[in-house]
Amino acid sequence: MHASLAVILFQGGQAAPAAEGAAHFEPFYPWLIVLLPLLGFVINGVLALRHAVASADAVRAGGELDLDEGGRPSTHTLPSLVGPGVLLLAFAITLVNFSRMLGAHLEAPEVIRYWTWMATGTFSVDVALQLDQLSMIMMMIVTGVGFLIHVFSVGYMKDDPGYPRYFAYLNLFIFFMLVLVMGANYPLMFVGWEGVGLCSYLLIGFWFSDREKSDAGKKAFIVNRIGDLGFLVAMFYLYTTFGTLDFEPIFANAEAALIYGGGLVTAITLFFFLGAAGKSAQMPLYVWLPDAMAGPTPVSALIHAATMVTAGVYLVARSSVLFALSPIASATVAGVGVFTALFAATIALKQNDIKKVLAYSTVSQLGYMFVGVGVGAYSAGIFHLMTHAFFKALLFLGAGAVIHSMHVAYHSTHSHEDAQDMRNMGGLRKHMPITCATMWIATLAIAGIWPLAGFFSKDEIIWQVAAFGGAASAPYPALYTVFWLIALAAAMLTAFYMTRMMVMTFHGENRSGAEEEKALHEAPAVMWAPLAVLAVLSVVGGWLNVSEHLRETLLGLGPLTSGWLHEWLHPITQQAQHIQEVNLGVLAESAPMFGGGEVVWAVLSGLAAAAVVAASFRFVGAQKHVPAAQDVEPTGFAKVLYNKWYVDELYDRIIVQPILTMSRFCWKVIDAGIIDGIANGVGWTARGLGWAVSFLQTGTLNTYAFILTVGVLVILGVSIL
Amino acid sequence: MITEALVLSAFLFVLGTFGVLVRRNAIIMFLCIELQLNAVNLSFVAFSRIHGMDGQIFVFFVMTVAAAEAAVGLAIIISIFRHYETVNVNNFKLLRW
Repeated sequence: MHASLAVILFQGGQAAPAAEGAAHFEPFYPWLIVLLPLLGFVINGVLALRHAVASADAVRAGGELDLDEGGRPSTHTLPSLVGPGVLLLAFAITLVNFSRMLGAHLEAPEVIRYWTWMATGTFSVDVALQLDQLSMIMMMIVTGVGFLIHVFSVGYMKDDPGYPRYFAYLNLFIFFMLVLVMGANYPLMFVGWEGVGLCSYLLIGFWFSDREKSDAGKKAFIVNRIGDLGFLVAMFYLYTTFGTLDFEPIFANAEAALIYGGGLVTAITLFFFLGAAGKSAQMPLYVWLPDAMAGPTPVSALIHAATMVTAGVYLVARSSVLFALSPIASATVAGVGVFTALFAATIALKQNDIKKVLAYSTVSQLGYMFVGVGVGAYSAGIFHLMTHAFFKALLFLGAGAVIHSMHVAYHSTHSHEDAQDMRNMGGLRKHMPITCATMWIATLAIAGIWPLAGFFSKDEIIWQVAAFGGAASAPYPALYTVFWLIALAAAMLTAFYMTRMMVMTFHGENRSGAEEEKALHEAPAVMWAPLAVLAVLSVVGGWLNVSEHLRETLLGLGPLTSGWLHEWLHPITQQAQHIQEVNLGVLAESAPMFGGGEVVWAVLSGLAAAAVVAASFRFVGAQKHVPAAQDVEPTGFAKVLYNKWYVDELYDRIIVQPILTMSRFCWKVIDAGIIDGIANGVGWTARGLGWAVSFLQTGTLNTYAFILTVGVLVILGVSIL
Repeated sequence: MITEALVLSAFLFVLGTFGVLVRRNAIIMFLCIELQLNAVNLSFVAFSRIHGMDGQIFVFFVMTVAAAEAAVGLAIIISIFRHYETVNVNNFKLLRW
């Protein structure tokens, strides 16, 4: 073990030389970043198994579990340290690497090869990590936001009997997520891709004794399989074209091997996008994400808001060279993204479950990211990915704090009301001031209020769509103009439904009941501290990437902001941008149809978002809200939105039921009827024949002797003749 | 000379076979089997005039086996008789379907 570690260490130090000129980038134990969460998984997994054995023994003996002073099993102490601890260490090592890369001005990606994973003929895949500007941003989000969510989980999951198991899964998820973003080739990325899908399944169905929740886990897993097929087919195409699946040679040879706008590159990218649409919950594969809210709330924050669901955006940004070569695929990405953004936003308008609102909001915001990468604004897409990770994780964790408080309140009176239903909340501002304040920051950020993170990131994406639509030689300019208008409309809807959620949760009269209200409380420090950190990030996160035009005005906040992220990602995106410029020309400086530059539209959309927030605050606040138990079913169009456009029902009718019918046919007719019929028929035939022939056994000696004689005579007769 | 011996042997064998097939008395059937064996012995002896002594040596084997068989067979018949007080094989039909 020591020897192999030493070998890894040695090889890690011997990385390929970085680009000439700037200071040499020296990776700092990159393998440790990946292995630390795996170590956490092993430790927590062992504790989880020990806990399972101990509780099974206790049940068998008919007694109670041994509990320590805290009233919790002894196996529940260590995960609180190990779970967040390994993440903190991994984050620290990532920061060291990041600061080294900052000083090095890395031009080419740093690929560190450890060993050959598989080699067949001319094709080989290495286990290799790629450190570059893009993976560094993703690693910091995964480990940094992941650490905060782990800390929150210590408070949120405190009394759950599956505590060590929960942290084992969470650590395993981080491990696979890091493999996904750090892998230096598509197969390794696919390992992470599948691994996070597995952990997503395990954590959605974490409370597996509830049928509905384990079904939600299965749904997520099965819907993702459809997307994974696309990923695989795209990899096969890449292999037949390039003979390798490593990122570097593929991107280096892409322009030579693939024709701009050709069928092959379009097929590859569309199949990749199918994979991305599955993982990142885009139409038509978004249906699993709202159901995934069955998992514990910090899981929703980590996996289904901040990290895993953004893997699709990462995949498109990572393959930016390929997507830039296919205008059709890029238009598809942008189109699917923008329609998903609008569609999910309309559903979020009428949801009453606080987590469902956030789930559809996530689907909608992921749509924006795809719009960004679809119009070639890869850094803008990654920028929105980052800011979204901050404010959506904050919103989910805040919702977790609210649910935790509501749950305790209902538990205290043994009420069975829904602790997640916003109709049962209201007026929580008095009881949970910190949660309320931090969530408002996130709400304003996602609504696109200046100068919070969402304003800069969302506005840049919307602006890039507009500029693309107005570009001299852009493909399908009318289409992109439509996309731009839809993106603007969805942004207004976002401002409305988020304000509605906040008002229903925190403002107005309390609707949880008089007895329950007394038990409502602010979340403990271990839970609100991550909220506070994320709130700060939701404010300042957007200042990293403010476009030049905005920085020339007051909107840019002067020296506080910079266009850093755009420049930082430049080595990753420059090739794709070059392809785009050569083939499509420079982007327009003014919006289509109405004219006006970036600053004008930033001011307009910012003012509009603020107006929507203010108006909906008054509008929803003036509405009369009643607890869930007394509420009536919505009617008309509201009913359609409340029932999510009946998409689940539609899928059930046209996909699930036909498959079930076909499966039943295969089961009852083909398997039970034909195949089992053949097998049983052989048995029955043998039995029947034996039964018929058994009548020859008369028991009379003379008969036997007679048959014997006749037989001998027949044989003699035949042999003579 | 050999033709007459073989004709006699064939006659005795057929006689024995018919006896086994048509008689129901176990002792008689047993005697008929002995008749068949000795018909075969006669052929062996007759053929040994042409093919050398092998046939005659084989006859000794057959007689030895026949003696052993007679001992075992008679023992079985005696114990059957003790049980059923008859040696008519029509009464022994236990081994059937």
